[in-house]
Amino acid sequence: MSDLTKEEMEALIQEVIEVYPEKALKSRKKHLAINDPGLDQSQNCITANKKSDPGLMTIRGCAYAGSKGVVWGPVKDMIHISHGPVGCGQYSRAGRRNYYIGTTGVNTFVTMNFTSDFQERDIVFGGDKKLDKLIDEIETLFPLNKGITVQSECPIGLIGDDIEAVSKKKKEEIGKTVVPVRCEGFRGVSQSLGHHIANDSVRDWVLSARDDDDSFATTDYDVAIIGDYNIGGIAWSSRILLEEMGLRVVAQWSGDGTLAEMELTPKVKLNLVHCYRSMNYISRHMEEKYAIPWMEYNFFGPTKTVESLRKIAARFDASIQEKCEAVIAKYQPEWEAVIDRYRPRLEGKRVMLYVGGLRPRHVIGAYEDLGMEVIGTGYEFGHSDDYDRTLKEMGDATLLYDDVTGYEFEEFVKRLKPDLIGSGIKEKYIFQKMGVPFRQMHSWDYSGPYHGFDGFAIFAKDMDMTLNNPCWSKLEAPWRQAGAKTTVAA
Amino acid sequence: MPKVMIRKNANGELTCYIAKKDLEAAVVSIEHDRSDCWGGELTLSDGSVYYLEPLSVPPELPITLRARRPNPA
Repeated sequence: MSDLTKEEMEALIQEVIEVYPEKALKSRKKHLAINDPGLDQSQNCITANKKSDPGLMTIRGCAYAGSKGVVWGPVKDMIHISHGPVGCGQYSRAGRRNYYIGTTGVNTFVTMNFTSDFQERDIVFGGDKKLDKLIDEIETLFPLNKGITVQSECPIGLIGDDIEAVSKKKKEEIGKTVVPVRCEGFRGVSQSLGHHIANDSVRDWVLSARDDDDSFATTDYDVAIIGDYNIGGIAWSSRILLEEMGLRVVAQWSGDGTLAEMELTPKVKLNLVHCYRSMNYISRHMEEKYAIPWMEYNFFGPTKTVESLRKIAARFDASIQEKCEAVIAKYQPEWEAVIDRYRPRLEGKRVMLYVGGLRPRHVIGAYEDLGMEVIGTGYEFGHSDDYDRTLKEMGDATLLYDDVTGYEFEEFVKRLKPDLIGSGIKEKYIFQKMGVPFRQMHSWDYSGPYHGFDGFAIFAKDMDMTLNNPCWSKLEAPWRQAGAKTTVAA
Repeated sequence: MPKVMIRKNANGELTCYIAKKDLEAAVVSIEHDRSDCWGGELTLSDGSVYYLEPLSVPPELPITLRARRPNPA
């Protein structure tokens, strides 16, 4: 529950968007809603996955960001070529903190930038020859790579280069997987389509590689972690819990993941999907082709983690369920101590979120475990099925905003006065300068991991550190504070 | 003629996923759901209606099928 009633909230939205010209007002109105947990279908209240209005400051990315930055980028033993001008790859290089184990530049390549560095002549004459040569150079310089992906930037689609033909040719020549990915930035309305395109390229070029090969010894307890990008190590803190309860994690998609793991995924018994938005596509495909069921889970905050662990265990036999209870019992004193310590310091504080993927709904439970309340949430690039899943998680008369604009977000914060905001780097300094405590929820503000029981301790500490930081009472200059002594002229 | 994927969700209800529209919606009603005939008109929870060529046996789910707009009656 927020302090405002539904009517007041509606008036607030109206007031904020009033300044827009008529056309923009009409379109933005559909993206802002007041939550009603009783609804089943979000379509009745909020529109999502639509093109951002020109002139409004959006926080979205592009299809290339969704493919290279999110889905393919963390696959550590492959080289991902940013095919096109140098900027796209260089300015997004190593920004996402996808942790991995390996020696960078020898057998792992996540934080490096490989680009074909398009020049005018490549645009005029085509860049296929350059790509061909580039792959040869990569093979000479980094022979331990397991495969190559060609991530198209905008010009590739515009000039009509045939990267598929080059990829097929080079695949023959070097005998490794070469994946062309048609993720030109202009496709779609946000990075979301990039996820889809990347998933489709995995399906078409990678997944069936070991279909006729039974040499991999499987067990009944094989699972794959799907849609966990190991940002600050979150996939690891999830993995240890699954392994402790007796499951064997065959693959991590794609944080700290490898090409071999991806190829082996069709052999698992269950796909565990963390980020539904970016990897539901491949899970659906595997369910249909290989009859591998998939389920969503949530490892943020002890309540949700316990719930998810039990839900996962229920898919297996009694031995797993027993171990699952043992794991829960083992960590219970730990997380209870965390709650005992931090809950009194954070109780009743109100949070506004604006993130992407799964976090706008998944982290709500973690905040609630600390006695905090989420009064507004929104997705950068969510679809209506994301909002369907969000309605139930949020309280009555809380605010939902899809693809919120810079202006709207600022205004909402000014009026709702949350105690904490969780969003990204582009919002961080605006809100900190406005005097509102802020945590980046994309990169965990260079902290983390936040998954699992170990992660919850870090989460609680970080939230406390941010919210109860003494700096927030020092924002006003001493001579401007109420009750300050008037200065005496010297 | 979009491709749709029909699957059962955790509660055993039919859901329909339309890749082209990136839309996941519950199936509210299906015209034929018998052991000898499966398919026909499909109503989704968002109100849209699709037509699946009826199959002679209920398919193994999940399955991807071609759907088309219903015949204007």
